[in-house]
Amino acid sequence: MSPSQPFAIDSAYVIKGGTVVDATGSRQADVLVKKGRIAAVDKALDHKHVIDAAGCIVAPGLVDLHTHLREPGREEAETVESGSRAAALGGYTAVVAMPNTEPALDNAAAVRQVLDLGATALCDVRVAGAITVGRRGEQLAPLGEMAALGVRLFTDDGNGVQDSRLMRRALEYAGALGVTLAQHCEDEALASGGHMNEGAWSSRLGVPGIPAEAEELMVLRDIALSRLTGTPVHFLHLSTAGSVAMVGAAKAQGLRVTAEAAPHHFTLTDAECAGYDTVFKVNPPLRGEADVAAVRAALADGTIDAIATDHAPHALEAKEQPFDQAPPGMLGLETALALGLTELGLDHQRLLALLSWQPARIAGISGEHGGPIVEGASANLTVIDPAATWVVEPEHLASRSRNTPYAGRKLTGKVRHTILRGEPVVLDAEAQR
Amino acid sequence: MKHLLSVNDLGADGIEEVLRLTDSFVEVSARSIPKVPALRGKTIVWLFYEDSTRTRLSFETAAKRLSADTMNFSVSTSSVKKGESLRDTVETIEAMGIDALVVRHASAGVPWQISQWVDAAVVNAGDGWHEHPTQALLDCYTIRQRRQSLHGLRIAIVGDVKHSRVARSDVLAFTALGAEVTLVAPPTLLPPSLEGWPVDVTSDLDAVLPKADVVYLLRMQKERQHESLLPSLREYTALWGLTRDRARLLADDAIVMHPGPMNRGVEIAAEVADLPNAVITQQVANGVAVRMAVLYLLLGSGAELVA
Amino acid sequence: MSADDVRRAVTRIAHEIVERNHGLDGLVLVGLQTGGVPLAGRLARELQRIEGTDRIIPTGTLDATFYRDDIGLRPLVPEAVTDIPGSLDGRTVVLVDDVLFTGRTVRAALNALNDYGRPRAVQLAVMVDRGHRELPIRPDYVGKNLPTKRAEMVDVSDDGVAIGDVVPK
Repeated sequence: MSPSQPFAIDSAYVIKGGTVVDATGSRQADVLVKKGRIAAVDKALDHKHVIDAAGCIVAPGLVDLHTHLREPGREEAETVESGSRAAALGGYTAVVAMPNTEPALDNAAAVRQVLDLGATALCDVRVAGAITVGRRGEQLAPLGEMAALGVRLFTDDGNGVQDSRLMRRALEYAGALGVTLAQHCEDEALASGGHMNEGAWSSRLGVPGIPAEAEELMVLRDIALSRLTGTPVHFLHLSTAGSVAMVGAAKAQGLRVTAEAAPHHFTLTDAECAGYDTVFKVNPPLRGEADVAAVRAALADGTIDAIATDHAPHALEAKEQPFDQAPPGMLGLETALALGLTELGLDHQRLLALLSWQPARIAGISGEHGGPIVEGASANLTVIDPAATWVVEPEHLASRSRNTPYAGRKLTGKVRHTILRGEPVVLDAEAQR
Repeated sequence: MKHLLSVNDLGADGIEEVLRLTDSFVEVSARSIPKVPALRGKTIVWLFYEDSTRTRLSFETAAKRLSADTMNFSVSTSSVKKGESLRDTVETIEAMGIDALVVRHASAGVPWQISQWVDAAVVNAGDGWHEHPTQALLDCYTIRQRRQSLHGLRIAIVGDVKHSRVARSDVLAFTALGAEVTLVAPPTLLPPSLEGWPVDVTSDLDAVLPKADVVYLLRMQKERQHESLLPSLREYTALWGLTRDRARLLADDAIVMHPGPMNRGVEIAAEVADLPNAVITQQVANGVAVRMAVLYLLLGSGAELVA
Repeated sequence: MSADDVRRAVTRIAHEIVERNHGLDGLVLVGLQTGGVPLAGRLARELQRIEGTDRIIPTGTLDATFYRDDIGLRPLVPEAVTDIPGSLDGRTVVLVDDVLFTGRTVRAALNALNDYGRPRAVQLAVMVDRGHRELPIRPDYVGKNLPTKRAEMVDVSDDGVAIGDVVPK
């Protein structure tokens, strides 16, 4: 493949030789981009500027429902700028930044600060607002003023809303605003003091465990509250077979629930914790093999709607603590797509549904992201070489942090180009700014 | 073997080797001048993030009898309190040119993490609930003094298995040497899963005592009653304590063990701890010789001990 | 050396020990682990026989591993427990080994003996002196001086003394 040439933001070019895959199907076609929009999708389009896509998939840009950008407050771990670069390199054109920053994104001013930082980022940065003030689970945050800034998703992620009555009120209130509440499902009393999945491994390793039921109790409760209030609930990072089964049953009853799973929950088990490497500490914790199998099955059969990275950067010194003192979380943006291609065995359209248009719908940004790739649509695209192999090298990641659990792992499938509103922000796997 | 992190690092053959070598150090310890120059010029650092005067003194005595130089890294007065990371701390210590780090930490796995960061030998002197391999070795040695072999012995480990590094290491060591281990505890004090543990489990101590060759009592932490793991210590003693009445159920030659420090009147009645069946003092005495054997194998012998 | 040669050498050494020490008073035999231990036993019985006494000659064993100067250079794990009969203060110790080579084992043994008391004198009895000394140590009693190459191995047993090539482990 010949190296592609850099382009000015406003210029026109054709993405040539690829297979266009979106929600409507898959076809051999070139894509002409002009002034940030898709000008034509057809066979044998020509233009003096060409972005090579031979042998590649041309897809709507990926959308991450669950990114921790750490700004403000933890800039040593990640910034909006570094995180968005990691996202673009991972094929994402939009990410939803989680509100568990310091201070929390629980009001319009805080949200606006991150949106402003995101305005010049390498991907579209959307914000999830906190459900409660300071994410303390005590008092409802001003959802309305944040919704007025375009916030469509609210969560106290990092914590679940423990108080059932408060969660009910939040759902009722959110219903009027037409926004979605997303829950980090964890019964804190039951999970209290735990640092990995409770089971054979935690028992052997002498590490206090978090039982699957700590997650499942809150999934059960929030399904009930969704039924009670008639408003949608989105379940963040589901990790257990029981959670998946309950969400499947709720959907079968017609409840408006959606769910996401993180790549590590379909690739890694709690056996990884055997060496006490804190890079494998994450919340919800890595579970057992049966849970991994259930998450994979739910991704294949549609019970789970989206793959979301839960990209959670932590500085080296924070992770170089004892296992029970290190913060939970692992990087995800730059490896999610390749893990999906390598591990899941799904056809490309199904996998991209999980990574692009379904999360775009949950995030409330379908108008701009997630396709379909048709004339007139915003040119948010990613060009993927599904056959390229590469090895994850933490030191070569764009994130400011290095806490990937996949160091040294060989993956198949690589992002070649990422186009944000017509601007090629990544060309031949190199960020352009 | 470069480090001693887990009993599993040794395996049955390695445990046998340590116990055989311990005989030589018991002899050294019995001399009028109980000191040999085997580790002259070696420097050992005690990195104790958790108070344990007994274990530290035992290791210190062992090191001195081998003529090693020792240094104490006192956590309470150090930069640890100022937020230095674990890795920075151990790398700083290693830069001083040391041969071994003996680590005690309240968090499981810390000796594993440290062994990834340093070239010095790392000895696990107890990590959280996880392991305490030298305790298991001295327990095996003590049992063998009375019973020659552990093979086929019925050993009951009684009490708070869930939070016990001693229990985890003992289960590995006792079963590796062929003993039949039964855990006796209220379900709240057992690990949530015993999958892969080659043990029997019961909550009925009275049923176990008559057949037991060894009764190993674990220390009962007083805090457990505040965590809703137990209604009260009194109830624990009534159901799982080795009271004077219960001790009558023991076979005449049964051995009573405890890793110390004992809560007399809680897990063990005061009189029972003083019966001839109790080998608790021998455990402490053997601890020094076993730790000499471990330090010598890691630092002095150049011998390979592979599981 | 044949088995008979070894037997005759033991008898001769026993006579030399009695002659030099004017009897058996205050004498302690200490066999070095492991080759010297059986030899010390044989010497003790022979001493008893030629002096015609029922008195047991105090005989101990010594493993000098912890005192060696090559700790860490090669695998060194003691073969057996040291067992010294009583205090050595004022006694005459005859260290017994099968083969005297570099002298380093004997040096380690001399250091080790110090920790058991202060003998009046220490003497050294060996079945074979094969040369190649690295320290100023010489035996008081020798079964046979046997010129060898450095790389050769000398084996002493009840069947006699044999020289062979070092068998790589």
